Amino acid sequence: MVKDQQYLRSKASYCLDLAKKLGATGSSVTVGHSISETVNFRNNTLDESNRSDGLAISIETYLGKKRSSISSSNLLDDNIKTLIEKCFETTKNTPEDEFNSLPDKELLAKEIKNLNLYDETHFDNEKKIDYLKELESVASSEEKIINTESSFTENKSNFILANSDGFCNGYKSSSFSASCVTVARDENSMERDYEFTRKRHLSDIKGAKELGEKASEQTIRKLSPNKIGSEKISIIFDKRIAQGMLGAFAGAISSNAIARGTSFLKDKINEQIFSETINVIDKPDMNKGVGSQIFDSEGVKSDTLNLIQNGILKNYLVDTYNGKKLNLKSNGRCGGTTNLYFDNGKISFKDLLNANSKHIYVTETIGHGSNLVTGDYSVGATGFLIENGEFKFPVNEITIAGNFKDMFKNITLASDLDFEYSINSPTMMIEGMTVAGK
Amino acid sequence: MSNFFDKSDLTEKDADKIVSDTLQNCDDGELYLEDTKSESILLDDNKIKSSSYSSDLGFGFRAITGEVVAYSHSNEISKDSLKKSSENLKSTLKSMKGTYNHDISRSNKKFYEDINPLEQKTLNSKLEVLNKVNEYLRKKDKSVKQVTTSFAGEQKSIEIIRSGGEVLTDVRPLIRFNVSVMLEKNGRKETGVYGIGGRQSYDEYLKNDNWKTVCEEAFRIASVNLESKPAPAGEMKVVLGPGWPAILIHEAIGHGLEGDFNRKKTSAFHDLMGQKVASEGVTIVDDGTIDNRRGSLTIDDEGTPTEKTVLIENGILKNFMQDRLNARLMNTKSTGSGRRENYRHVVLPRMRNTMMLSGNQTQEEMIKSVDKGIFAVSFGGGQVDITSGKFVFNCTEAYEINNGKIGSPIKGATLIGDGPSILKEVSMVGNDMMLDPGIGTCGKAGQGVPVGVAQPSILIDKMTVGGTKL
Repeated sequence: MVKDQQYLRSKASYCLDLAKKLGATGSSVTVGHSISETVNFRNNTLDESNRSDGLAISIETYLGKKRSSISSSNLLDDNIKTLIEKCFETTKNTPEDEFNSLPDKELLAKEIKNLNLYDETHFDNEKKIDYLKELESVASSEEKIINTESSFTENKSNFILANSDGFCNGYKSSSFSASCVTVARDENSMERDYEFTRKRHLSDIKGAKELGEKASEQTIRKLSPNKIGSEKISIIFDKRIAQGMLGAFAGAISSNAIARGTSFLKDKINEQIFSETINVIDKPDMNKGVGSQIFDSEGVKSDTLNLIQNGILKNYLVDTYNGKKLNLKSNGRCGGTTNLYFDNGKISFKDLLNANSKHIYVTETIGHGSNLVTGDYSVGATGFLIENGEFKFPVNEITIAGNFKDMFKNITLASDLDFEYSINSPTMMIEGMTVAGK
Repeated sequence: MSNFFDKSDLTEKDADKIVSDTLQNCDDGELYLEDTKSESILLDDNKIKSSSYSSDLGFGFRAITGEVVAYSHSNEISKDSLKKSSENLKSTLKSMKGTYNHDISRSNKKFYEDINPLEQKTLNSKLEVLNKVNEYLRKKDKSVKQVTTSFAGEQKSIEIIRSGGEVLTDVRPLIRFNVSVMLEKNGRKETGVYGIGGRQSYDEYLKNDNWKTVCEEAFRIASVNLESKPAPAGEMKVVLGPGWPAILIHEAIGHGLEGDFNRKKTSAFHDLMGQKVASEGVTIVDDGTIDNRRGSLTIDDEGTPTEKTVLIENGILKNFMQDRLNARLMNTKSTGSGRRENYRHVVLPRMRNTMMLSGNQTQEEMIKSVDKGIFAVSFGGGQVDITSGKFVFNCTEAYEINNGKIGSPIKGATLIGDGPSILKEVSMVGNDMMLDPGIGTCGKAGQGVPVGVAQPSILIDKMTVGGTKL
């Protein structure tokens, strides 16, 4: 069982009291406990079971504008005592920083809304095994599939965040996730692909059969790929890749990157950075949302933010420290976005495929080719050539490149948004990028 | 050395008994105890942005029978907690029966000293160096707009208890010093990053004002990039500089030669043992035994002493990298490559210091021989798809080559290639093998471990460069 609020609260207040006794002018502490159970299958047999039980504590102490932090997984009182003493010693010896501060009291979350983030159902390992058996028998049923690996994880966690200004709150959350990775082979090639599902509640995850079928189908269709020539061409990003573009956007509007001047979106508030049809929203209070939160990692209440409205940048993601530096109020985004998504576009998936006579449809990218300082983007890609709305053949060993500043202005979205991840996008088309191949 | 039983109701004798009892019908397994102390100090935007310390203690208990691995970990080292883990392992493996393999090799060699780098230097002296770095760079040129510099250090103590009471221990220091600088000129911004590190004390890396060399290198890379033009797109010849660009070897070849992917036959290399996979003259080793290197280990995380494993000898595939599990299932021996990020993770076969050895040509000859291509000097990160063999890495410093001469710098571009065939495209191997500066972290299955790479300059006849200029 995951530790209850009372246990976590008592540890938290022990820390706050001790820091105060030592002379700290402020302090904050997070205590968390998490239990995960994972079962892995490979080729229709049990491969691994993994149980993880982890406590974690992190403490920050302030002396005026001086601050330092410690973290530990050892919650024995005398260990915590040694660590807080060490932390406060370090605080005393760290130079002042005028922007160091606990969050403004009036911004702290007052009420804890129930967002249904916890499902107490325990799906024991025998049941996980049954799910994976069914999944793998479906995934491996096609002859071309030569290897299947699948996994089921159940996680339950609980935490408390407390600070010396009287904030003390936390809540339980859960997640259930399953994944399947399949390898297919034919006379020309060997390819791998995957499918996965992750939800707060057990009853919402995809069925074993659906997961296995999808993984197998997505892998087989990648077999015998071709390399294509280098050209400027319209690119369609599958939803699972399109959401990564939003991830890069979120990185570029974090108040940390803005305050340091290391983002290509610095000073772009109220400017047109996407085409007029684009809206980007970050919504923390989605019922059962995978990225939902009631307050951020400093205790600041998080409200829905319209980040992009009709293509115009409206907000950065602001935490306390960088907010003070930029003269902005924290908007409860210490730790980043919550449930971030592009609003639906106006055209159907099918019409998007027909929007140009030829596209590359990208299903996977590899490499870390996003430069948020310059906006330059260049990654390896795998996908399909589409001609006249039809999938012609699989393509690999190509790269796609452009600059976010141009790419953002050339995005067209389909109307097929759904909420699978904490960052979600409809299928996305970007025109004017360069493909490098042969 | 940590005493894991000091403040616990669990004695080493109890632990030994529980381990032997749990593993009696298993093929392999162990109790792995770990105590890590780490610190990181970061200066950014003219201020000490963070100063943090972390202490992490816990155990991972593993039982293996046949191909099935049962694992349970916790950060509560107590009788109760270990018993709970034991029950968990037994229940997973209840219907199976194995024979425990007590055989584990021993060695007295050590590849780093038993030190705690955190305590060898005071906080103030570390802060002083960071401030000096910041001042030095900002004074150097008015184009310097941002400086980030950091120290990270850790000491990890591990103890492995095997069935029958065999105990193996190791204490591992690791430090890293990093400088990142952003320049702005005529409205353009570019960054340059450089770092050094390894398994020694901070002072070993900072003697003779060595921090200045790190600053200069970061500044030089950023300055080069301020002048960079769009990179070309398409297939062309690529000359790689010595040292850190060997992450190409790590991605293209290294991962594909890890035992697990080959046992599972999901690696593009699994049926190529004994065959020619690279041009003649190409020899690649994975070596855990170089003194004080970031990727070196005295023993791996299963207790096996590390070694120098020959992966490819003169173009022929010779060995895979193995942990105990995959070695047993493939009827071979562990190469001391069983590693884990920490006690929360299962052991996997991983790389240590992966190196292509020197040949006898010069970098100058290589560049002269190229009509149209690029010269890549430094990289960011890389990634590989083990199954299709396709891999990428991102240039952070590269130049055009036109008619045998180095031309303008080009913008960061991704290079993509095919692992099993890329080494056959190597047409020249340089005589200038160099180790990387000690900064690599390799990710696999969500676990990051410190690694090293090395190589001489090499010429690759054909690779796809992912620029924007057609």
